[in-house]
Amino acid sequence: MGGLSFAAAFAPVDQHYLLEARQMQALSFSVHIVLVCFGISFPVMVLFVEWLGHRTGDRLYLTLARRWSKIMAALFAVGVITGTVLSFEMGLLWPNFTGTFGSVFGLGFAIEGFSFFMEAIFIGIYVYGWGRLSARVHMLSGIPIVLTGFTGSLMVIAVNAWMNHPGGFRLRGGHVTHVDPFKALFGNTYLWHELMHMYVAGYVVSGFILAGCYAYARLRGRWGRYERIALTIPLTVATLATIAQGPIGDWAARDVASTQPIKLAAMEGLYKTTKGAPEHLLGWYTGNHLKFAIAIPHVLSILADHSWNGTVQGLASVPPSDRPPVNVVHWAFDIMVGIGTLLALVAVVYLAIWVWRRRLPESTWFYRALIAAGPLAVVALISGWVVTEVGRQPWVVYGVMRTDQAVTGAHGIVVGYAALAAAYVVVACGLAWVLRRLAQAPLEEQVEPPAQLQVA
Amino acid sequence: MFLRSLPLVFVLAGVALYTVLGGADFGAGFWQLFAPRNERGEQVREFAHHSMGPVWEANHVWLIFVLTVFWTCYPKAFGSIASTLAVVLFIALLGIIFRGATYAFRAGASTDRELGRIDTIFSLSSILTPFALGAAVGGIATNRVPVGNAAGHLFSSWLNPTSIFIGVLAVASCAYLAAIYLAADAAREGHQALERDFRLRALGAGVLAGAIAIAGIFVINADYHTLFHSLLSGRALAAVIVSFVAGLVTLMLVYTRRYEPARYCGAIAVAAIVAGWALARWPTILPGLTVAQAAAGHDTLVWAVLCVLGGGVILFPSLAFLFRLALAGRFHAAERNVPDEIAQPLRASRPGLVARLAVALLIAGFGLLNIANAQWAHAVGIVFLVCFVVLGFRAIVFSALGEQAAPR
Repeated sequence: MGGLSFAAAFAPVDQHYLLEARQMQALSFSVHIVLVCFGISFPVMVLFVEWLGHRTGDRLYLTLARRWSKIMAALFAVGVITGTVLSFEMGLLWPNFTGTFGSVFGLGFAIEGFSFFMEAIFIGIYVYGWGRLSARVHMLSGIPIVLTGFTGSLMVIAVNAWMNHPGGFRLRGGHVTHVDPFKALFGNTYLWHELMHMYVAGYVVSGFILAGCYAYARLRGRWGRYERIALTIPLTVATLATIAQGPIGDWAARDVASTQPIKLAAMEGLYKTTKGAPEHLLGWYTGNHLKFAIAIPHVLSILADHSWNGTVQGLASVPPSDRPPVNVVHWAFDIMVGIGTLLALVAVVYLAIWVWRRRLPESTWFYRALIAAGPLAVVALISGWVVTEVGRQPWVVYGVMRTDQAVTGAHGIVVGYAALAAAYVVVACGLAWVLRRLAQAPLEEQVEPPAQLQVA
Repeated sequence: MFLRSLPLVFVLAGVALYTVLGGADFGAGFWQLFAPRNERGEQVREFAHHSMGPVWEANHVWLIFVLTVFWTCYPKAFGSIASTLAVVLFIALLGIIFRGATYAFRAGASTDRELGRIDTIFSLSSILTPFALGAAVGGIATNRVPVGNAAGHLFSSWLNPTSIFIGVLAVASCAYLAAIYLAADAAREGHQALERDFRLRALGAGVLAGAIAIAGIFVINADYHTLFHSLLSGRALAAVIVSFVAGLVTLMLVYTRRYEPARYCGAIAVAAIVAGWALARWPTILPGLTVAQAAAGHDTLVWAVLCVLGGGVILFPSLAFLFRLALAGRFHAAERNVPDEIAQPLRASRPGLVARLAVALLIAGFGLLNIANAQWAHAVGIVFLVCFVVLGFRAIVFSALGEQAAPR
């Protein structure tokens, strides 16, 4: 029975380049997560537009759905490879983590692998099936892509939630025993807020990026029916999702406050455990103190604990070696919340004009803001993940295994990091080139002489 | 013991499927590189691409399947292999990155020069990846990967005669399989010139792969006699013989232009090699670590097996659907126009009421999620917020699009 194990799995590994390993992981993750947003929400929008086309018999919708599905396919292809990079890195960078806990969390990735499989199969069928499958079969082939967009996120977030709030196993003398993977992954209260926060973010990010493209077209003078429709759909999705993201974010923060108080303390730069703690905006954490910050009395206690004089645990309650880097986490949190607030402002303007005037905004400034909104949403998304992941440090499995116990003992991390960064720069340039080409393709109405009802 | 070995059987089946399906995909890239730079070569390149376009992503995911099931069920072995073989796996990864990227890039290419450049990157990475993965297998096969975090040598674990032999054999087998599949596709679509081209390539690559395999037996004998011995005895020998015979039969089938059976027979030849490799090592995974010792705990194995079986029930019909469409040439058929069956303008039914309902859901959702503290309240609150987004979308988009409807 498992007599052989990793020699001293919990001993720190002789690795000088831990920080570089973490950065390499962060780079791979940041690139992938943006594509995940499109994987979550783009199929829903494409399918909706295709449905509109069949429902109204208006060719313009079908043209739009078809053009979008080409972009979706290109983004998915790149997502396939960036996702593969992440799964390789589980072993290449963190073999002690996977080697020790693979039996606990691995199942999540195995199920995710299946949903990835289904996604790949049906994206092939959907994209190559345009005009070659009946309308009904083509629409149906899109539905698994939507479902797997959700199940894929569910599985990956289940693993991440487990890393933040581990359970479903016991430790005995450095060995993992009594593993219950189902309980570890799905019996975890930490899962739900993380899942919803990410899933909704997927709609915010891709909605604003898409809307930004057509806002740009409008500023360049292209503003036909096609552009108006192509802007309205993602923009409506993004603005409504942004409004919903506010309450979800607050819920998430309260869960963090109760399960990972030290992460919350780092988010807020709070050194001492405080009653009636104030909320600090901006500032710089140095010498156990947040300097130059704007303090709003009692607000942190109200938000975290729902009470005027609630106690909020500070960083001082754990030894310095157990504290995450405060400035990174605090600033990432403030950037996420700040951008979220700006996006909510854009959303309120759009929705208000819609409610009272029943039309799209006409101000050029609104469309300029939309162009900025997409990239800003990406920054907010990555900042949010910085809060989650850097805020968990120095732990890879919160309170159980440290990151420096998880890392590989192999040399050459720096070389791999540089090579991966270079490869990603090339891929990013190539992708930008392809998307530009796809956007520039002339908008031919795909109307050929009406075909007779043919049997395939 | 059965439970502890079963996931490994799944993993090996995944490796075999990846070799057979993903391998053909790599091989298509191989032929693109070695197609002449003229119109004929251009046709070969174009055909190879359009044959693989709809299926490559699905073929590729077998690798993800192998990795995830392996690290779930045999975590220690996974950690040891990935850390010692980090360099060669990273090289394979770079190849995978560029191959996948060029599939995406091809959508934007408009001139021959652009296509040529993209295809060159694609082909080089299509050769690099199977070579690197084959070399990694060679390292495991010759016991150069010990148990532990990067406990083996980062370079000699995969830069050794057996690894290089298996890497080269992998590239040759991919080329062989791809040529058979492409000849079959060309025959089905009635491209006689292309069929001739790929048939010749298949025969050439088949003979070459066979010759490399036979030469390799001597390489293994010199490099690591134990593996040589176990490959040529017992059950492993049976698998080796199956592979050899299937290889010969495939060649004959290709020679007589019966490509469809050749497709499956060639796949058997390659899958038998994977089986032979596993049988030669059984029950050892890594030196001093048996399958039973490496296996995860009981619950994990049970869940993993259930998961693979349950996933398979959904996956295989879907895959069959994809391949049926692909093999029937449906993805390359002429496009039909979708007839306007139901043409009716979009009408927003009571947008004002729907919008008010959405706002009410937002407020109620906020109350339940952010003011109440009970778990059930949070669950209901989330549902309300999702409904807010859906109803809000309906209210706005339906009336917006209704007003922007095409003039009829």
